[in-house]
Amino acid sequence: MQENDDILPITALPQTGFKAFAMLVTTLGTSTKTNDKLDALGKYFNTAPAKDRVWVIALFSGRRPKRMVSSTLLVQWCVALIQQPVWMFEECYHTVGDLAETIALLLPETDTLEGSGKSLAWYLEQVSRLEKADEADRKLFVVNNWLEMNREERFVFNKLLTGGFRIGVSQKMMVNALAKSVELEPSVIAHRISGNWNPATTSFEELLSEHAATTDYSKPYPFYLAYQLEDDVSTLGEPHEWQAEWKWDGIRGQLIKRNDQLFVWSRGEELMTEKFPEYEVLRDLLPNGVALDGEIIPAVGGQPLPFALLQTRIGRKNITKKQLQEAPICFFCYDLLEYNHEDWRNNPLTERRAQLEELVTKAGHTALQLSPLIFYSTWDDLIEIRRQSRDYYAEGLMLKRKSSAYQVGRKVGDWWKWKVDPFTIDAVMIYAQKGHGRRSNLYTDYTFAVKDGDKLVSFTKAYSGLTDKEFAQVDAFVKRNSLEKFGPVRTVKPELVFEIAFEGIAASNRHKSGVALRFPRISRWRKDKKPDEINTLEDLQKMLLLYGQKTVG
Amino acid sequence: MALIEFSNRGLYCPPGDFYIDPWKPVNKAVITHAHSDHARPGSAYYLCHHLTKPLLQARLGDNNYESSGWHEPISINGVKLSLHPAGHIIGSSQVRVEYNNEVWVVSGDYKTENDGISGAFEPVKCHVFITESTFGLPIYTWKKQEAIYSDIRQWIMYNKAQKKTSVLIAYSLGKAQRVLNAIAPLNETVYLHGAIYNMHQALLSAGLQLPAVERITPDTPKEKLRSAIVIAPPSADGTPWMKRFNPYSVGVCSGWMQVRGNVRRRNVDAGFVLSDHADWNGLLSAVKATGAEKVYVTHGFQSAFSRYLNEQGLWSAEVKTEYGGEEETDETIIKEEA
Repeated sequence: MQENDDILPITALPQTGFKAFAMLVTTLGTSTKTNDKLDALGKYFNTAPAKDRVWVIALFSGRRPKRMVSSTLLVQWCVALIQQPVWMFEECYHTVGDLAETIALLLPETDTLEGSGKSLAWYLEQVSRLEKADEADRKLFVVNNWLEMNREERFVFNKLLTGGFRIGVSQKMMVNALAKSVELEPSVIAHRISGNWNPATTSFEELLSEHAATTDYSKPYPFYLAYQLEDDVSTLGEPHEWQAEWKWDGIRGQLIKRNDQLFVWSRGEELMTEKFPEYEVLRDLLPNGVALDGEIIPAVGGQPLPFALLQTRIGRKNITKKQLQEAPICFFCYDLLEYNHEDWRNNPLTERRAQLEELVTKAGHTALQLSPLIFYSTWDDLIEIRRQSRDYYAEGLMLKRKSSAYQVGRKVGDWWKWKVDPFTIDAVMIYAQKGHGRRSNLYTDYTFAVKDGDKLVSFTKAYSGLTDKEFAQVDAFVKRNSLEKFGPVRTVKPELVFEIAFEGIAASNRHKSGVALRFPRISRWRKDKKPDEINTLEDLQKMLLLYGQKTVG
Repeated sequence: MALIEFSNRGLYCPPGDFYIDPWKPVNKAVITHAHSDHARPGSAYYLCHHLTKPLLQARLGDNNYESSGWHEPISINGVKLSLHPAGHIIGSSQVRVEYNNEVWVVSGDYKTENDGISGAFEPVKCHVFITESTFGLPIYTWKKQEAIYSDIRQWIMYNKAQKKTSVLIAYSLGKAQRVLNAIAPLNETVYLHGAIYNMHQALLSAGLQLPAVERITPDTPKEKLRSAIVIAPPSADGTPWMKRFNPYSVGVCSGWMQVRGNVRRRNVDAGFVLSDHADWNGLLSAVKATGAEKVYVTHGFQSAFSRYLNEQGLWSAEVKTEYGGEEETDETIIKEEA
């Protein structure tokens, strides 16, 4: 077999340009082992042109070009090309569960497997350029490119066009592969690629240079994230070595002031400064060269309000006076990452906290609050306090080792989140829809109802919580017990009972039931229960009264 | 009166008083092929193709079997019946039924590409065609068999270079023999899971020509399996039985691998889109070639396929059957093969 030693599968043959990127995405999307993904990324970073590397870093850290075309238009152009009715496209889409892939599968297979030969950067630059072009030009660009691509390329091209680019690789994995390729620490890479940069105008060298990190005043630090504490709290050792805080239900954020400018970043590295005018005043009250870690959360008089109120603010450009009065947004800070232009992340937590307290007191404004420490002497005290979390609109507790440094990413050991058990309610499934991604062509997205007298009232959807085997069983049930033949939704016989877990409840006039749940998911399949044993609308309303609607102030 | 009725026991021919692929025990059953969703136990009499008979014997045990070749007319209560190649698996047949100058054809499962083992699908002129629709959406279009075979071989060579065993997952009847043919040019020993080996023996005794293979037993030395080629049924995927091959790579051969979500759900290293069913274009060309005026669509995407035919101006209706499943996890097969 000697002469065959250099035979590689098609996916491993050396490629250039867009085809290489399409293959990278295919490998990342289908390989089952982290090491294989890291290898594929590493190889890509070692061989791809510098310009393409910059775009890959951008794409895999959530910096996508703006959508240049709506899904509706893409579907129109596709059905015109393949001469299929729109309903057939929709049937296919519901089965595939991914628009980009549906189009890639439906377009006629090209004879050339050569692909286009152009670079990833070329496509992305065209996409940005065509953002302002008229529809005919955009159509020409899209259709012509479809016709000269192979199936993998079309899929990736469509993914770039439709904006969504989740393909089974985390930012952390990309950072690790890049770190190995350029021989730097992952934490250094994570910091350098954070913040405000434009992949179209940034070179690979600029992006990774030490110099750039010091000239971008907005640049945030990578967040330190905690794992859920699964073991008994006493396994953490001595209670006095730990600091406890409430775990708030807001948006994790980083507030930075440098060069007389204020920046607010979300954990998803979205710059949110403009969204919350409440913070403007802090620009004059904070010294230059500080970075604070904390929670973006509505609060009045230092008392946090339900997350539902924050939701009314997200994505809204014009904020009413009423909103500013009734649910002003505060920053509950719990850590200090930079002080006096110096990186404080390696100082022990107690030291950072002391400096933070001084800073917040000096600023002296309600928009900037200290996330209070919780005082306790034994773990039993803390167990008792954790039970009251919901009364404080907290999701539970955070436990941080007093001597800990502020690390990069999700790490085990020094920081733990210790959430309270979720609310649960028993409900019956009444509608089902096929899922997306790895649940394609399986009924995995369900709508649930509670009883209201003799009627059933739908109150939530849930997509997760069952094992693959259970999903397959429910899928078979839906296929046997549904009414409709076309379209995405199947009305099913109300027979299967599930326990739904959720983190919060709020009043809502958009839902028939009058309630909206936070993070609903299936906690287990109650095969032991019949549909007439489920919870009632009244049970939900009681929960809403108890936990959902505390009046402001 | 319709020549074939859709009863709760299966497709029924009233003048001939026989059933085609019934899912409940009946007096007289005509069987299109030996997959367990079409060939069920308990009937008093079975009629099938010569090559299907030994497979039914292996799967259903001793029964009252009669077999026939293709194109041989048989008369049952005045109804003229004949079998015609369906190209799905070994022995798979379409059933042509003629009575009072009216011709109906039941396709069973079929594929239009010739795999060199199952006999080439043959369109049969009829008034009414009853077709399957397992892959009856235009997203399902297959590459040429030889291109897929070459992908499989390249994948095996790549695994070899990585010193990994290649475990190919394929249904024991039909797919496994195609995979064997696909890798024959590599001239290597192929190791079979017991279930596939048993099927292999049944096919050999039915007179089929197949490449030489070796059965995997608890005594097979691990060194022999290193970097080797293995074919195993879907029921073996993810079980402790696979541990003996470590390190290995898993490749699933199935039409469902066309959609990447399915590949990800199966958590396999490679998906080869190799199906024993007709793809979208295959279904359309088969329907057209029959010249049928009416088309009934069974198991698969019957609603969509039948609606499409209607919009193309061909009378069509969908029919609920209890077929389908051998491309998915089939509980009966698993029990049998355990």
